[in-house]
Amino acid sequence: MSVDTATVKRVANLARIAVTEDDVFRMTGQLNAILGFVEQLNEVNVEGVEPMTSVTPMAMKKRADVVTDGNKVADIVANAPITEENFFVVPKVVE
Amino acid sequence: MTDLTALTIAEARDQLKAKAITATELTGAYIQAIENANEALNAYIVTTPEKALEMAKASDARLAAGNAGALEGIPLGIKDLFGTEGVHTQAASHILDGFKPHYESTVTANLWADGAVMLGKLNMDEFAMGSSNESSYYGPVKNPWRAKGSNVDLVPGGSSGGSAAAVAARLCAGATATDTGGSIRQPAAFTGTVGIKPTYGRCSRWGIVAFASSLDQAGPIARDVRDAAIMLRSMASVDAKDTTSVDIAVPDYEAAIGKPLAGIKIGIPKEYRVDGMPEEIEKLWQQGIAWLKDAGATIVDISLPHTKYALPAYYIVAPAEASSNLARYDGVRYGLRVPGKDIVDMYERTRAEGFGEEVKRRIMIGTYVLSAGYYDAYYLQAQKVRTLIKKDFEDAFHAGVDAILTPATPSAAFGIADQEMNSDPVKMYLNDIFTVTVNMAGLPGIAVPAGLDSRGLPLGLQLIGRPFDEETLFQTAYVIEQAAGKFNAPKWW
Repeated sequence: MSVDTATVKRVANLARIAVTEDDVFRMTGQLNAILGFVEQLNEVNVEGVEPMTSVTPMAMKKRADVVTDGNKVADIVANAPITEENFFVVPKVVE
Repeated sequence: MTDLTALTIAEARDQLKAKAITATELTGAYIQAIENANEALNAYIVTTPEKALEMAKASDARLAAGNAGALEGIPLGIKDLFGTEGVHTQAASHILDGFKPHYESTVTANLWADGAVMLGKLNMDEFAMGSSNESSYYGPVKNPWRAKGSNVDLVPGGSSGGSAAAVAARLCAGATATDTGGSIRQPAAFTGTVGIKPTYGRCSRWGIVAFASSLDQAGPIARDVRDAAIMLRSMASVDAKDTTSVDIAVPDYEAAIGKPLAGIKIGIPKEYRVDGMPEEIEKLWQQGIAWLKDAGATIVDISLPHTKYALPAYYIVAPAEASSNLARYDGVRYGLRVPGKDIVDMYERTRAEGFGEEVKRRIMIGTYVLSAGYYDAYYLQAQKVRTLIKKDFEDAFHAGVDAILTPATPSAAFGIADQEMNSDPVKMYLNDIFTVTVNMAGLPGIAVPAGLDSRGLPLGLQLIGRPFDEETLFQTAYVIEQAAGKFNAPKWW
């Protein structure tokens, strides 16, 4: 399979990365090179093979359903580019 | 006085305990060495000399009081991927501009609890995506090694290029690193240092910037096998904050060093020969086999038939996980924000400016293979192939193999801005062809220097072990180190 420029634009939009026409042209070639490389996986007979979900044979650990952390509002917003009264500030999203 | 930066961790530990040197003197020597060398090598992104001297002073007090930890007073460099409280943590990316976490990663917290001293944060490929340290926002790191009679700058490998270069140039006694597809072992091989990626689940991933969560593991890069064993014992732990942390006690890895190899069976996989691999690497591999045989190990030929599919499967699984992990960088909660006309425009501009080329490429691939209609063809197929790759190793171990010996990399270090590598992403990816299988199967792997090529550049061998059997890797790697000797870069910087 290979991608065209329209697909690259669609993927860039899904990934929320702004791209110029030049970027799209360059990325299309590079993505096709990588997709060409991974194509060989189709040679492998995977009939009856389970997809890997955990590399270590272990059940996912579950922690006790108790509050162990919190009251750190100042720590959480400390690295935000813009905050106001402990809220993250973003451009207006509701008209 | 002798150069204190020449001491290994084990030697410094003994001298500190014997009160022959102080942690403050040792730390001071490293601070001076970094000051002299970092402009040339670019191994450190940020240095923390004041914090280092403060920690050293506390170490000296504990040494005097007789309650020293396992790494008391040992100055270490920390890869920029590890969250360090109040200190620059950016995964060498522009998008995390100014980020200083209000928490400490479990691995670094373990090191400080054992008395280690932090010298600063080490350069790396952006978000650990790369094999040459050239994708860093902070510029490439130079390898302390150069070809004989040449002044051409070489890459230190990646993504833990700063860690490997700093250890090789003696700008720290040891360094933390991480490995998703070879990011500890390939730079170790390129710089004549020892690097171990432990079993998935051995070191906590908590507080380490995530790249591909099912593959990422932390480990040390050190000057020799013993130092790597000492560091890993402190880095590893069982951590309730990481659900993939495995509940197995951390052994004393150093105790495995020096044990005889009698009864150990080493597998040699025929699939680890690739087209265009230099003759010298094949020779080095044969030499490694001979050393282990001489030391009493049994050598058996094995087959890992799905080896060639590990790299293509990796380039689906890793970008898929990365595209999801890196979705959090949106200009809202931390780091860079580029204003836009609305919120989506702000996200798109922030991510376009904040991420470098390689990172964008991998996010795009990951987004594509996970998108509607392609998930089964790419992602599901890759995860099935991954099951088969793991089964290859399991079959070998069930047949009685204790460890597997392979070359660490298909070549020695290449030049910075190498045109062939930089014009073709797939060519760069091939650097990890021998290391990536280990991440896909979650196994431990160690790279140990085994010789120099005809140009005088270091080459490494890799040993792959059973899950949670790092001890056999240290035991076997030590035999190779004893036979090969240690390699130091002639100083030019």
